[in-house]
Amino acid sequence: MLRFLARRVALTIPVLLGVATLVFSLIHLIPGDPAQAMLGESASPQDVAELRTRLGLDKPLIQQYGLFLRGAVRGDLGRSLRTNQPVTGAILERMPATIELAAAAMAVAVAFAIPLGITAAVWRGTVVDHGATALALLGISIPNFWLGPLLAIIFSIELGWLPVSGRGTWAHLVLPAVSLGAALSAILARMTRATLLEELREQYVTAARARGASRARAVIRHAFRNSLIPVITLIGLQFGAVLTGAVITETIFAWPGIGRLLIQSIGFRDYPLVQGCILLIAVTYVGMNLATDLLYGFVDPRIRYD
Amino acid sequence: MTKVGGAIVLLAVVAALLGPAVSRFDPSAQELARRLDGPSATHWFGLDELGRDIFARVLAGARISLMVGIVVVSISSVVGTFLGSVAGYFGGAVDETISRVIDILLAFPGLLLAIALVAVLGPSLANVLFALSLIGWVGYARLVRGQVLRAREFEFVQAARALGADTPRILMRHIIPTALPAVTVQATLGMGGAILAEAALSFLGLGVQPPTPSWGTMLNGGRTHLLDAPHLTIFPGIAIALLVFGFNFLGDGLRDALDPATRRSASADPPG
Repeated sequence: MLRFLARRVALTIPVLLGVATLVFSLIHLIPGDPAQAMLGESASPQDVAELRTRLGLDKPLIQQYGLFLRGAVRGDLGRSLRTNQPVTGAILERMPATIELAAAAMAVAVAFAIPLGITAAVWRGTVVDHGATALALLGISIPNFWLGPLLAIIFSIELGWLPVSGRGTWAHLVLPAVSLGAALSAILARMTRATLLEELREQYVTAARARGASRARAVIRHAFRNSLIPVITLIGLQFGAVLTGAVITETIFAWPGIGRLLIQSIGFRDYPLVQGCILLIAVTYVGMNLATDLLYGFVDPRIRYD
Repeated sequence: MTKVGGAIVLLAVVAALLGPAVSRFDPSAQELARRLDGPSATHWFGLDELGRDIFARVLAGARISLMVGIVVVSISSVVGTFLGSVAGYFGGAVDETISRVIDILLAFPGLLLAIALVAVLGPSLANVLFALSLIGWVGYARLVRGQVLRAREFEFVQAARALGADTPRILMRHIIPTALPAVTVQATLGMGGAILAEAALSFLGLGVQPPTPSWGTMLNGGRTHLLDAPHLTIFPGIAIALLVFGFNFLGDGLRDALDPATRRSASADPPG
């Protein structure tokens, strides 16, 4: 187990280095002078030169890269151009809101997906299954940047049940969580159906039925429990999609998280903050994938030997 | 399933091609006095914040969406198939290099890298196409690499090699064709993904810029009028969902048709 753990962690290091390199390169992909682009065309040459020095853009590229990597490891990603606040502090301030939204969206997704997937698998080939499959495909196809406003029109504007934006009470969380969780729910429902169908074909299910277990018991207690491993893995792997989706959902519902911070920073051309948000989301995603892999290896020992 | 998806996609293609003939209005023409008017017999989907006919703009938006899908999927599938087959066939350092690049690009979830690229390059349709293609090839490369690793051990490939066929010929004539069914399914699903991604970027103000009628841009314009004119949001959204739904249905149907394993399991007896 320790060898598996060490090997898997070691494989993550070059990926993280690659991620950091790509994020570092972003600022150098800006057409023309990055400092001029950040301050705008009307900025004075003195201001541009000062910003260039402040960001270290006047140093040789390799030195800039070294400083960026050293800063990233220490958690020092520079300062926001607009507020002068440390980038790491600004991001950490917004993090609880994004985690709260992502967790709620995943809870909503699981709550809808599992019953839907089980229903479709048990009544496979029937109208119920086709209906569930169509519903799941519809969930994947409906963009969250449309579902969000649509839910707001119905539940906030027409019915007046829920607040349209902001963060505070649980009521504020409902619409963003449903709008962010819908697509994940659809993907999970399809996965639950597929893995449960595989398990239902196994002999132990037939044996359980032969021993007198009811159909519901054979499905829930035997087949469903065994089909959970790939479903849990998928939940872990889909965390990244939830984080990216949060960028849009937070923008729609004025949810004060990292996603909204990213879009606002792009608008203000606050590139140190843009780099920080992108780096943090990508590193979190890599971390979640690593944790999922390790958990999977822990639950299913066959994985360790692959 | 395939037929339903195919019919929706066909409808979108026809709408995109015949848009100007179907609608009586120019998508850019403004009737400022009637701005935000709801759907009527004259303007089926109503008018937007600048008094432009939403039906005409939805039809024009179909062109943008399909164009983005076709360009991104074409570039991504060709580049991905090439790099994936080279990595899988040659192995060694070539495979290592390509696989590490794939790993790094996959470390950025979904749209994040596209958002980052468009943020620094500037919002435009060309940059959206570039960003989506840059991240799009990865999925194809990973898929094709796996298929090629399997196919290079097939007896007919060994036989071709023994007969003296050169590497490009073996790849083009014998190995890549075995991966094509999987690539076709991926490309069909990828069309939906690219359309959704472009709409998302445009919605965030990072994609197609006004006044060009893109569905994402139209949704973005409708955000400030949710209270007084929800039709600005409803119709472009239906268009996106329907077209993506069509491609997903078509892709799912194709996967079932092209994958013998799925066919077998689909025809098995229901449990319990």
